[in-house]
Amino acid sequence: MEDLIRYAPDLALGFLENIKLSIVGAITSLILGTVLVAMRVSPTPVLRAAGTIYVNVVRNTPLTLVLAFSALGLSDQLGLVFSSVPSVNSFWIVAMGLSAYTAAFVCEALRSGINTVPLGQAEAARAIGLTFMQSLRMIILPQAFRAVIAPLGSVMIAMIKNTTVAVAGGYAFDSANKMKEAFDQVGASIPIFLGIVVAFMCVTLPIGYFTGWLAKRLAVVR
Amino acid sequence: MSSAVLFDVPGPRARVRNGLLTGVSVVAVAAVLYGIYSGFDAKGQWEAKIWQPFLQWDTWQHFIIPGLIGTLRAAAVAAVLALLFGAVFGLARLSDRAYIRVTAGVVVEVFRSIPLLLLIFFIFYLAPSLIGGGDYTFIAVVLGLTFYNGSVLAEVVRAGVNAVPKGQSEAAYAVGMRKNQVMRLVLLPQAVTAMMPAIVSQLVVLLKDTALGYIIAYVDLLNTGFKILPAAFFGSLIPAAIVIGIIYVTLNMALSYLATWLERRSRRSRRTSARPVAAPGSAAVGIGAGEGTEGGGVAPDRPVE
Repeated sequence: MEDLIRYAPDLALGFLENIKLSIVGAITSLILGTVLVAMRVSPTPVLRAAGTIYVNVVRNTPLTLVLAFSALGLSDQLGLVFSSVPSVNSFWIVAMGLSAYTAAFVCEALRSGINTVPLGQAEAARAIGLTFMQSLRMIILPQAFRAVIAPLGSVMIAMIKNTTVAVAGGYAFDSANKMKEAFDQVGASIPIFLGIVVAFMCVTLPIGYFTGWLAKRLAVVR
Repeated sequence: MSSAVLFDVPGPRARVRNGLLTGVSVVAVAAVLYGIYSGFDAKGQWEAKIWQPFLQWDTWQHFIIPGLIGTLRAAAVAAVLALLFGAVFGLARLSDRAYIRVTAGVVVEVFRSIPLLLLIFFIFYLAPSLIGGGDYTFIAVVLGLTFYNGSVLAEVVRAGVNAVPKGQSEAAYAVGMRKNQVMRLVLLPQAVTAMMPAIVSQLVVLLKDTALGYIIAYVDLLNTGFKILPAAFFGSLIPAAIVIGIIYVTLNMALSYLATWLERRSRRSRRTSARPVAAPGSAAVGIGAGEGTEGGGVAPDRPVE
Protein backbone atom coordinates (compact mmCIF):
# COMPACT_ATOMS: atom_id res chain seq x y z
CA MET A 1 0.00 0.00 0.00
CA GLU A 2 2.89 2.37 0.78
CA ASP A 3 4.16 1.72 -2.73
CA LEU A 4 0.91 2.91 -4.19
CA ILE A 5 0.93 6.06 -2.04
CA ARG A 6 4.55 6.77 -2.87
CA TYR A 7 4.05 6.42 -6.61
CA ALA A 8 0.51 7.75 -6.77
CA PRO A 9 1.37 11.28 -8.03
CA ASP A 10 3.54 9.83 -10.77
CA LEU A 11 0.94 7.24 -11.76
CA ALA A 12 -1.79 9.86 -11.75
CA LEU A 13 0.23 11.98 -14.17
CA GLY A 14 0.66 8.92 -16.38
CA PHE A 15 -3.05 8.21 -16.23
CA LEU A 16 -3.76 11.79 -17.23
CA GLU A 17 -1.76 11.14 -20.41
CA ASN A 18 -4.00 8.15 -21.14
CA ILE A 19 -7.02 10.38 -20.74
CA LYS A 20 -5.55 13.01 -23.06
CA LEU A 21 -4.79 10.37 -25.68
CA SER A 22 -8.32 8.99 -25.29
CA ILE A 23 -9.95 12.37 -25.83
CA VAL A 24 -7.93 13.14 -28.96
CA GLY A 25 -8.44 9.58 -30.20
CA ALA A 26 -12.20 9.65 -29.59
CA ILE A 27 -12.72 12.86 -31.52
CA THR A 28 -10.53 12.05 -34.51
CA SER A 29 -11.57 8.41 -34.80
CA LEU A 30 -15.27 9.31 -34.75
CA ILE A 31 -14.77 11.86 -37.52
CA LEU A 32 -12.53 9.60 -39.58
CA GLY A 33 -14.84 6.62 -39.03
CA THR A 34 -17.85 8.61 -40.25
CA VAL A 35 -15.96 9.66 -43.36
CA LEU A 36 -14.96 6.04 -43.94
CA VAL A 37 -18.52 4.75 -43.62
CA ALA A 38 -19.74 7.44 -46.02
CA MET A 39 -17.10 6.20 -48.45
CA ARG A 40 -18.14 2.59 -47.97
CA VAL A 41 -21.79 3.19 -48.86
CA SER A 42 -21.17 5.81 -51.56
CA PRO A 43 -22.31 5.37 -55.17
CA THR A 44 -18.69 5.58 -56.32
CA PRO A 45 -17.01 2.18 -56.64
CA VAL A 46 -13.54 3.67 -56.25
CA LEU A 47 -14.36 5.21 -52.89
CA ARG A 48 -16.14 2.04 -51.78
CA ALA A 49 -13.09 -0.05 -52.64
CA ALA A 50 -10.70 2.37 -50.96
CA GLY A 51 -12.80 2.37 -47.77
CA THR A 52 -13.13 -1.41 -47.74
CA ILE A 53 -9.42 -1.98 -48.24
CA TYR A 54 -8.51 0.52 -45.54
CA VAL A 55 -10.88 -1.00 -43.00
CA ASN A 56 -9.88 -4.59 -43.72
CA VAL A 57 -6.16 -3.93 -43.64
CA VAL A 58 -6.16 -1.76 -40.53
CA ARG A 59 -8.60 -3.96 -38.63
CA ASN A 60 -6.45 -7.03 -39.17
CA THR A 61 -3.14 -5.42 -38.25
CA PRO A 62 -2.07 -5.57 -34.60
CA LEU A 63 -2.26 -2.17 -32.90
CA THR A 64 1.29 -2.69 -31.68
CA LEU A 65 2.49 -2.86 -35.29
CA VAL A 66 0.43 0.18 -36.27
CA LEU A 67 1.94 2.25 -33.47
CA ALA A 68 5.49 0.94 -33.86
CA PHE A 69 5.29 1.60 -37.59
CA SER A 70 3.93 5.11 -37.03
CA ALA A 71 6.79 5.91 -34.70
CA LEU A 72 9.77 4.14 -36.27
CA GLY A 73 8.65 4.15 -39.88
CA LEU A 74 6.52 7.21 -40.52
CA SER A 75 8.13 9.53 -38.01
CA ASP A 76 11.78 8.49 -37.86
CA GLN A 77 12.32 7.20 -41.38
CA LEU A 78 9.89 9.14 -43.52
CA GLY A 79 10.08 12.37 -41.57
CA LEU A 80 6.45 12.81 -40.53
CA VAL A 81 7.01 15.18 -37.62
CA PHE A 82 4.30 17.02 -35.70
CA SER A 83 6.57 18.89 -33.35
CA SER A 84 10.28 19.37 -32.76
CA VAL A 85 9.87 18.40 -29.11
CA PRO A 86 10.26 14.59 -29.07
CA SER A 87 7.68 13.93 -26.34
CA VAL A 88 5.06 16.14 -27.97
CA ASN A 89 5.78 14.60 -31.35
CA SER A 90 5.41 11.04 -30.08
CA PHE A 91 2.16 12.00 -28.34
CA TRP A 92 0.66 13.07 -31.66
CA ILE A 93 2.15 10.10 -33.49
CA VAL A 94 0.49 7.75 -31.01
CA ALA A 95 -2.76 9.73 -31.16
CA MET A 96 -2.67 9.49 -34.95
CA GLY A 97 -1.98 5.74 -35.01
CA LEU A 98 -4.65 5.10 -32.39
CA SER A 99 -7.23 7.16 -34.29
CA ALA A 100 -6.39 5.52 -37.61
CA TYR A 101 -6.80 2.13 -35.96
CA THR A 102 -9.98 2.90 -34.02
CA ALA A 103 -11.59 4.60 -37.04
CA ALA A 104 -11.79 1.22 -38.78
CA PHE A 105 -13.86 -0.14 -35.88
CA VAL A 106 -16.01 2.98 -35.71
CA CYS A 107 -16.68 2.54 -39.43
CA GLU A 108 -17.72 -1.09 -38.96
CA ALA A 109 -19.98 -0.19 -36.04
CA LEU A 110 -21.67 2.55 -38.06
CA ARG A 111 -22.05 0.28 -41.03
CA SER A 112 -23.91 -2.27 -38.95
CA GLY A 113 -26.00 0.69 -37.76
CA ILE A 114 -26.85 1.57 -41.33
CA ASN A 115 -27.98 -2.01 -41.75
CA THR A 116 -30.60 -1.50 -39.04
CA VAL A 117 -32.21 1.46 -40.83
CA PRO A 118 -35.29 0.10 -42.63
CA LEU A 119 -35.29 0.13 -46.40
CA GLY A 120 -38.35 2.38 -46.51
CA GLN A 121 -36.37 5.24 -44.97
CA ALA A 122 -33.87 5.33 -47.80
CA GLU A 123 -36.60 4.84 -50.36
CA ALA A 124 -38.67 7.66 -48.91
CA ALA A 125 -35.62 9.91 -48.86
CA ARG A 126 -35.07 9.21 -52.54
CA ALA A 127 -38.75 9.65 -53.30
CA ILE A 128 -38.77 13.20 -51.97
CA GLY A 129 -35.75 13.92 -54.14
CA LEU A 130 -32.89 13.97 -51.66
CA THR A 131 -29.48 13.36 -53.15
CA PHE A 132 -27.17 10.68 -51.78
CA MET A 133 -25.31 13.05 -49.48
CA GLN A 134 -28.53 14.63 -48.27
CA SER A 135 -30.20 11.34 -47.48
CA LEU A 136 -27.06 10.08 -45.77
CA ARG A 137 -26.69 13.24 -43.72
CA MET A 138 -30.31 13.87 -42.81
CA ILE A 139 -31.97 10.45 -42.85
CA ILE A 140 -29.60 7.51 -42.68
CA LEU A 141 -26.68 8.50 -40.46
CA PRO A 142 -28.73 10.10 -37.65
CA GLN A 143 -30.68 6.85 -37.31
CA ALA A 144 -27.58 4.73 -37.74
CA PHE A 145 -25.75 6.61 -34.97
CA ARG A 146 -28.65 6.18 -32.60
CA ALA A 147 -28.78 2.46 -33.30
CA VAL A 148 -25.12 1.89 -32.49
CA ILE A 149 -24.53 4.09 -29.45
CA ALA A 150 -23.84 1.08 -27.24
CA PRO A 151 -21.43 -0.62 -29.69
CA LEU A 152 -19.70 2.72 -30.22
CA GLY A 153 -19.38 2.92 -26.46
CA SER A 154 -17.61 -0.46 -26.50
CA VAL A 155 -15.34 0.79 -29.26
CA MET A 156 -14.47 3.84 -27.18
CA ILE A 157 -13.87 1.74 -24.07
CA ALA A 158 -11.56 -0.52 -26.03
CA MET A 159 -9.77 2.55 -27.33
CA ILE A 160 -9.26 3.93 -23.83
CA LYS A 161 -7.73 0.62 -22.81
CA ASN A 162 -5.63 0.66 -25.97
CA THR A 163 -4.01 3.94 -24.98
CA THR A 164 -1.78 1.82 -22.74
CA VAL A 165 -0.09 0.46 -25.87
CA ALA A 166 1.29 4.00 -26.43
CA VAL A 167 4.69 2.73 -25.34
CA ALA A 168 4.94 0.80 -28.64
CA GLY A 169 4.70 4.16 -30.39
CA GLY A 170 7.58 5.52 -28.38
CA TYR A 171 5.44 7.55 -25.98
CA ALA A 172 6.91 6.79 -22.59
CA PHE A 173 4.76 8.89 -20.26
CA ASP A 174 1.51 6.98 -20.00
CA SER A 175 0.39 4.90 -17.03
CA ALA A 176 1.60 1.56 -18.44
CA ASN A 177 5.09 2.95 -18.58
CA LYS A 178 4.85 4.62 -15.19
CA MET A 179 3.71 1.30 -13.76
CA LYS A 180 6.66 -0.43 -15.39
CA GLU A 181 9.06 2.14 -13.94
CA ALA A 182 7.59 1.65 -10.50
CA PHE A 183 7.85 -2.14 -10.86
CA ASP A 184 11.48 -1.77 -11.93
CA GLN A 185 12.20 -0.13 -8.60
CA VAL A 186 10.04 -1.95 -6.07
CA GLY A 187 9.18 -5.17 -7.93
CA ALA A 188 5.68 -6.26 -8.86
CA SER A 189 3.36 -4.49 -6.50
CA ILE A 190 -0.25 -5.60 -6.32
CA PRO A 191 -1.53 -2.28 -4.86
CA ILE A 192 0.02 -0.28 -7.71
CA PHE A 193 -1.47 -2.62 -10.31
CA LEU A 194 -4.88 -2.56 -8.69
CA GLY A 195 -4.69 1.21 -8.33
CA ILE A 196 -4.26 1.68 -12.07
CA VAL A 197 -6.87 -0.94 -12.87
CA VAL A 198 -9.38 0.81 -10.62
CA ALA A 199 -8.53 4.13 -12.28
CA PHE A 200 -9.29 2.62 -15.69
CA MET A 201 -12.49 1.05 -14.41
CA CYS A 202 -13.55 4.43 -13.02
CA VAL A 203 -13.45 5.76 -16.56
CA THR A 204 -14.63 2.79 -18.60
CA LEU A 205 -17.53 1.54 -16.46
CA PRO A 206 -19.37 4.89 -16.39
CA ILE A 207 -18.91 5.19 -20.16
CA GLY A 208 -20.39 1.72 -20.56
CA TYR A 209 -23.38 2.56 -18.36
CA PHE A 210 -23.81 5.99 -19.88
CA THR A 211 -23.81 4.74 -23.48
CA GLY A 212 -26.13 1.90 -22.47
CA TRP A 213 -28.53 4.41 -20.91
CA LEU A 214 -28.21 6.79 -23.85
CA ALA A 215 -28.81 3.97 -26.32
CA LYS A 216 -32.07 3.08 -24.58
CA ARG A 217 -33.13 6.71 -24.36
CA LEU A 218 -32.38 7.54 -27.96
CA ALA A 219 -33.47 4.24 -29.46
CA VAL A 220 -35.50 4.77 -32.60
CA VAL A 221 -38.96 3.42 -31.94
CA ARG A 222 -40.09 1.21 -34.79
CA MET B 1 -29.70 -2.99 -46.26
CA SER B 2 -27.24 -3.31 -49.05
CA SER B 3 -25.45 -0.13 -49.91
CA ALA B 4 -27.17 -0.02 -53.30
CA VAL B 5 -30.49 1.04 -51.75
CA LEU B 6 -29.08 4.29 -50.51
CA PHE B 7 -29.06 5.67 -54.00
CA ASP B 8 -31.34 5.18 -56.96
CA VAL B 9 -30.54 3.55 -60.23
CA PRO B 10 -28.87 6.65 -61.64
CA GLY B 11 -30.62 8.69 -64.31
CA PRO B 12 -28.77 10.80 -66.89
CA ARG B 13 -27.88 13.65 -64.52
CA ALA B 14 -26.92 11.34 -61.68
CA ARG B 15 -24.78 9.36 -64.09
CA VAL B 16 -22.89 12.48 -65.03
CA ARG B 17 -22.55 13.42 -61.39
CA ASN B 18 -21.40 9.95 -60.42
CA GLY B 19 -18.97 9.96 -63.32
CA LEU B 20 -17.56 13.25 -62.10
CA LEU B 21 -17.40 11.96 -58.52
CA THR B 22 -15.64 8.82 -59.70
CA GLY B 23 -13.16 10.94 -61.64
CA VAL B 24 -12.51 13.16 -58.63
CA SER B 25 -12.14 10.23 -56.28
CA VAL B 26 -9.82 8.40 -58.67
CA VAL B 27 -7.66 11.51 -58.74
CA ALA B 28 -7.83 11.81 -54.94
CA VAL B 29 -6.97 8.16 -54.32
CA ALA B 30 -4.21 8.35 -56.91
CA ALA B 31 -2.88 11.51 -55.27
CA VAL B 32 -2.77 9.81 -51.87
CA LEU B 33 -1.06 6.74 -53.35
CA TYR B 34 1.38 8.93 -55.25
CA GLY B 35 2.04 10.92 -52.08
CA ILE B 36 2.94 7.71 -50.27
CA TYR B 37 4.97 6.50 -53.22
CA SER B 38 6.96 9.70 -53.62
CA GLY B 39 7.42 10.03 -49.86
CA PHE B 40 8.94 6.55 -49.84
CA ASP B 41 10.91 7.36 -52.97
CA ALA B 42 12.36 10.55 -51.49
CA LYS B 43 13.70 8.52 -48.58
CA GLY B 44 14.98 5.80 -50.88
CA GLN B 45 12.53 3.14 -49.66
CA TRP B 46 12.14 1.54 -53.08
CA GLU B 47 15.81 0.77 -53.52
CA ALA B 48 16.33 -2.85 -54.44
CA LYS B 49 19.03 -3.17 -51.82
CA ILE B 50 16.69 -2.87 -48.84
CA TRP B 51 14.09 -5.21 -50.34
CA GLN B 52 16.74 -7.72 -51.30
CA PRO B 53 16.79 -9.53 -47.92
CA PHE B 54 13.17 -10.61 -48.37
CA LEU B 55 14.01 -12.53 -51.51
CA GLN B 56 16.54 -14.66 -49.68
CA TRP B 57 15.55 -17.84 -47.95
CA ASP B 58 18.03 -17.08 -45.14
CA THR B 59 16.02 -14.08 -44.00
CA TRP B 60 12.88 -16.15 -43.80
CA GLN B 61 14.65 -19.04 -42.16
CA HIS B 62 16.44 -17.04 -39.48
CA PHE B 63 14.06 -14.19 -38.78
CA ILE B 64 10.55 -14.39 -40.08
CA ILE B 65 9.68 -18.06 -39.68
CA PRO B 66 11.02 -18.39 -36.11
CA GLY B 67 9.07 -15.26 -35.24
CA LEU B 68 5.93 -16.60 -36.88
CA ILE B 69 6.33 -19.82 -34.94
CA GLY B 70 6.67 -17.81 -31.73
CA THR B 71 3.48 -15.94 -32.52
CA LEU B 72 1.53 -19.06 -33.48
CA ARG B 73 2.82 -20.97 -30.46
CA ALA B 74 1.72 -18.27 -28.03
CA ALA B 75 -1.60 -17.93 -29.85
CA ALA B 76 -2.25 -21.69 -29.88
CA VAL B 77 -1.45 -22.24 -26.20
CA ALA B 78 -3.38 -19.13 -25.17
CA ALA B 79 -6.35 -20.15 -27.35
CA VAL B 80 -6.61 -23.58 -25.70
CA LEU B 81 -6.26 -22.15 -22.20
CA ALA B 82 -8.67 -19.29 -22.95
CA LEU B 83 -11.28 -21.74 -24.25
CA LEU B 84 -10.94 -23.78 -21.06
CA PHE B 85 -11.12 -20.66 -18.91
CA GLY B 86 -14.09 -19.43 -20.88
CA ALA B 87 -15.95 -22.74 -20.63
CA VAL B 88 -15.37 -23.05 -16.88
CA PHE B 89 -16.27 -19.47 -16.00
CA GLY B 90 -19.07 -19.21 -18.53
CA LEU B 91 -20.77 -22.27 -17.05
CA ALA B 92 -19.98 -21.07 -13.52
CA ARG B 93 -21.87 -17.86 -14.32
CA LEU B 94 -24.90 -19.99 -15.16
CA SER B 95 -24.69 -21.93 -11.92
CA ASP B 96 -27.73 -22.16 -9.68
CA ARG B 97 -25.59 -21.45 -6.63
CA ALA B 98 -25.34 -17.73 -6.06
CA TYR B 99 -21.84 -17.78 -4.55
CA ILE B 100 -20.37 -19.53 -7.62
CA ARG B 101 -22.31 -17.32 -10.01
CA VAL B 102 -21.32 -14.08 -8.33
CA THR B 103 -17.65 -15.01 -7.88
CA ALA B 104 -17.32 -16.05 -11.50
CA GLY B 105 -19.12 -12.89 -12.57
CA VAL B 106 -16.73 -10.66 -10.63
CA VAL B 107 -13.66 -12.49 -11.99
CA VAL B 108 -14.89 -12.22 -15.56
CA GLU B 109 -15.89 -8.56 -15.32
CA VAL B 110 -12.62 -7.54 -13.66
CA PHE B 111 -10.38 -9.34 -16.15
CA ARG B 112 -12.40 -7.94 -19.00
CA SER B 113 -11.90 -4.37 -17.91
CA ILE B 114 -8.14 -4.54 -17.29
CA PRO B 115 -6.11 -3.16 -20.20
CA LEU B 116 -4.40 -6.24 -21.59
CA LEU B 117 -0.92 -4.74 -21.69
CA LEU B 118 -1.07 -3.86 -18.00
CA LEU B 119 -2.07 -7.43 -17.21
CA ILE B 120 0.86 -8.76 -19.23
CA PHE B 121 3.28 -6.36 -17.53
CA PHE B 122 1.97 -7.35 -14.14
CA ILE B 123 2.37 -11.08 -14.75
CA PHE B 124 5.78 -10.45 -16.27
CA TYR B 125 6.99 -8.70 -13.13
CA LEU B 126 5.10 -10.86 -10.67
CA ALA B 127 6.27 -14.27 -11.95
CA PRO B 128 9.98 -13.91 -11.05
CA SER B 129 9.19 -12.87 -7.49
CA LEU B 130 6.90 -15.87 -7.07
CA ILE B 131 8.86 -18.64 -8.76
CA GLY B 132 12.38 -17.30 -9.16
CA GLY B 133 14.35 -16.07 -12.12
CA GLY B 134 14.01 -17.13 -15.72
CA ASP B 135 12.43 -16.07 -18.98
CA TYR B 136 8.82 -15.26 -18.36
CA THR B 137 7.97 -13.48 -21.59
CA PHE B 138 6.12 -16.47 -23.02
CA ILE B 139 4.27 -17.17 -19.79
CA ALA B 140 3.31 -13.52 -19.35
CA VAL B 141 1.96 -13.22 -22.88
CA VAL B 142 0.08 -16.52 -22.73
CA LEU B 143 -1.43 -15.93 -19.30
CA GLY B 144 -2.39 -12.36 -20.09
CA LEU B 145 -4.11 -13.45 -23.28
CA THR B 146 -5.74 -16.38 -21.48
CA PHE B 147 -7.27 -14.35 -18.66
CA TYR B 148 -8.44 -11.59 -20.92
CA ASN B 149 -9.81 -13.58 -23.84
CA GLY B 150 -11.01 -16.31 -21.49
CA SER B 151 -13.24 -13.75 -19.77
CA VAL B 152 -14.62 -12.57 -23.08
CA LEU B 153 -15.22 -16.18 -24.13
CA ALA B 154 -16.97 -16.81 -20.81
CA GLU B 155 -19.47 -14.16 -21.83
CA VAL B 156 -19.81 -15.83 -25.23
CA VAL B 157 -20.49 -19.20 -23.59
CA ARG B 158 -23.08 -17.68 -21.31
CA ALA B 159 -24.77 -15.89 -24.20
CA GLY B 160 -24.65 -19.09 -26.26
CA VAL B 161 -26.35 -21.21 -23.63
CA ASN B 162 -28.92 -18.47 -23.00
CA ALA B 163 -29.60 -18.29 -26.74
CA VAL B 164 -30.99 -21.82 -26.76
CA PRO B 165 -34.78 -21.47 -26.55
CA LYS B 166 -36.27 -22.17 -23.14
CA GLY B 167 -38.48 -24.93 -24.51
CA GLN B 168 -35.42 -27.08 -25.12
CA SER B 169 -34.44 -27.27 -21.45
CA GLU B 170 -38.05 -27.50 -20.35
CA ALA B 171 -38.58 -30.46 -22.66
CA ALA B 172 -35.39 -32.05 -21.38
CA TYR B 173 -36.48 -31.65 -17.76
CA ALA B 174 -39.88 -33.01 -18.73
CA VAL B 175 -38.39 -36.26 -20.00
CA GLY B 176 -36.66 -36.60 -16.65
CA MET B 177 -33.09 -35.45 -17.29
CA ARG B 178 -30.96 -34.09 -14.49
CA LYS B 179 -29.49 -30.60 -14.47
CA ASN B 180 -26.12 -31.75 -15.72
CA GLN B 181 -27.67 -33.99 -18.35
CA VAL B 182 -29.72 -31.09 -19.64
CA MET B 183 -26.60 -28.97 -19.91
CA ARG B 184 -24.40 -31.71 -21.36
CA LEU B 185 -26.81 -33.40 -23.74
CA VAL B 186 -29.20 -30.66 -24.79
CA LEU B 187 -28.00 -27.13 -24.17
CA LEU B 188 -24.25 -27.29 -24.83
CA PRO B 189 -24.32 -29.14 -28.16
CA GLN B 190 -26.73 -26.56 -29.55
CA ALA B 191 -24.98 -23.63 -27.90
CA VAL B 192 -21.59 -24.59 -29.36
CA THR B 193 -22.92 -24.29 -32.90
CA ALA B 194 -24.37 -20.88 -32.11
CA MET B 195 -21.16 -19.78 -30.39
CA MET B 196 -18.71 -20.90 -33.04
CA PRO B 197 -18.55 -17.66 -35.10
CA ALA B 198 -18.10 -15.50 -32.00
CA ILE B 199 -15.41 -17.84 -30.70
CA VAL B 200 -13.47 -17.72 -33.94
CA SER B 201 -13.67 -13.93 -34.13
CA GLN B 202 -12.35 -13.76 -30.59
CA LEU B 203 -9.48 -16.02 -31.63
CA VAL B 204 -8.61 -13.47 -34.34
CA VAL B 205 -8.37 -10.87 -31.58
CA LEU B 206 -6.20 -13.22 -29.55
CA LEU B 207 -3.87 -13.87 -32.48
CA LYS B 208 -3.56 -10.16 -33.13
CA ASP B 209 -2.87 -9.38 -29.50
CA THR B 210 0.10 -11.74 -29.33
CA ALA B 211 1.88 -8.76 -30.89
CA LEU B 212 1.75 -7.10 -27.46
CA GLY B 213 4.55 -9.51 -26.59
CA TYR B 214 6.79 -7.21 -28.64
CA ILE B 215 6.69 -4.71 -25.79
CA ILE B 216 8.06 -7.18 -23.23
CA ALA B 217 10.50 -8.58 -25.83
CA TYR B 218 8.79 -11.91 -26.40
CA VAL B 219 10.24 -13.41 -29.60
CA ASP B 220 7.22 -13.16 -31.87
CA LEU B 221 6.75 -12.18 -35.50
CA LEU B 222 6.65 -8.48 -34.70
CA ASN B 223 9.83 -8.72 -32.67
CA THR B 224 11.92 -10.71 -35.14
CA GLY B 225 10.46 -8.90 -38.13
CA PHE B 226 10.43 -5.36 -36.87
CA LYS B 227 13.22 -5.14 -34.30
CA ILE B 228 15.82 -7.83 -35.00
CA LEU B 229 15.56 -7.98 -38.78
CA PRO B 230 15.95 -4.22 -39.47
CA ALA B 231 18.91 -4.24 -37.09
CA ALA B 232 20.56 -6.98 -39.16
CA PHE B 233 19.75 -5.42 -42.54
CA PHE B 234 20.24 -1.72 -42.11
CA GLY B 235 17.50 0.42 -43.65
CA SER B 236 15.03 -2.40 -44.22
CA LEU B 237 12.63 -1.16 -41.55
CA ILE B 238 9.78 -0.13 -43.80
CA PRO B 239 9.96 -3.14 -46.14
CA ALA B 240 10.01 -5.31 -43.01
CA ALA B 241 6.92 -3.58 -41.65
CA ILE B 242 5.13 -4.11 -44.95
CA VAL B 243 6.08 -7.78 -45.19
CA ILE B 244 5.07 -8.70 -41.64
CA GLY B 245 1.99 -6.51 -41.96
CA ILE B 246 0.94 -8.61 -44.94
CA ILE B 247 1.56 -11.81 -42.96
CA TYR B 248 -0.58 -10.60 -40.04
CA VAL B 249 -3.36 -9.37 -42.29
CA THR B 250 -3.43 -12.63 -44.27
CA LEU B 251 -3.54 -14.78 -41.14
CA ASN B 252 -6.27 -12.73 -39.51
CA MET B 253 -8.37 -12.37 -42.64
CA ALA B 254 -8.25 -16.12 -43.21
CA LEU B 255 -9.53 -16.65 -39.66
CA SER B 256 -12.17 -13.92 -40.09
CA TYR B 257 -13.46 -15.55 -43.25
CA LEU B 258 -13.71 -18.81 -41.35
CA ALA B 259 -15.83 -16.99 -38.76
CA THR B 260 -18.12 -15.51 -41.42
CA TRP B 261 -18.48 -18.86 -43.11
CA LEU B 262 -19.27 -20.58 -39.81
CA GLU B 263 -21.84 -17.94 -39.04
CA ARG B 264 -23.56 -18.38 -42.35
CA ARG B 265 -23.51 -22.12 -41.85
CA SER B 266 -24.88 -22.05 -38.33
CA ARG B 267 -27.58 -19.58 -39.42
CA ARG B 268 -29.08 -22.19 -41.69
CA SER B 269 -28.05 -25.15 -39.56
CA ARG B 270 -30.82 -27.43 -38.34
CA ARG B 271 -28.58 -28.85 -35.64
CA THR B 272 -29.32 -25.98 -33.33
CA SER B 273 -32.41 -24.06 -32.39
CA ALA B 274 -30.33 -21.09 -31.22
CA ARG B 275 -29.51 -18.07 -33.33
CA PRO B 276 -25.79 -17.36 -33.72
CA VAL B 277 -24.44 -15.36 -30.81
CA ALA B 278 -23.39 -11.82 -31.70
CA ALA B 279 -19.70 -11.11 -31.73
CA PRO B 280 -18.59 -10.18 -28.21
CA GLY B 281 -18.74 -6.49 -27.42
CA SER B 282 -21.73 -5.73 -29.53
CA ALA B 283 -24.81 -4.30 -27.94
CA ALA B 284 -26.26 -7.76 -27.45
CA VAL B 285 -23.56 -8.86 -25.05
CA GLY B 286 -23.74 -5.85 -22.86
CA ILE B 287 -21.90 -3.12 -21.19
CA GLY B 288 -18.20 -2.69 -20.89
CA ALA B 289 -17.13 -5.18 -23.51
CA GLY B 290 -14.20 -4.26 -25.65
CA GLU B 291 -11.90 -6.86 -26.90
CA GLY B 292 -8.18 -6.63 -26.29
CA THR B 293 -6.77 -4.11 -28.65
CA GLU B 294 -9.75 -4.80 -30.88
CA GLY B 295 -12.16 -1.90 -31.05
CA GLY B 296 -15.00 -3.76 -29.42
CA GLY B 297 -17.24 -6.09 -31.31
CA VAL B 298 -19.68 -5.25 -33.99
CA ALA B 299 -23.10 -6.69 -34.49
CA PRO B 300 -23.21 -9.01 -37.46
CA ASP B 301 -24.82 -7.51 -40.51
CA ARG B 302 -28.51 -8.00 -40.20
CA PRO B 303 -30.46 -8.12 -43.42
CA VAL B 304 -33.57 -5.99 -43.21
CA GLU B 305 -36.58 -8.15 -43.61
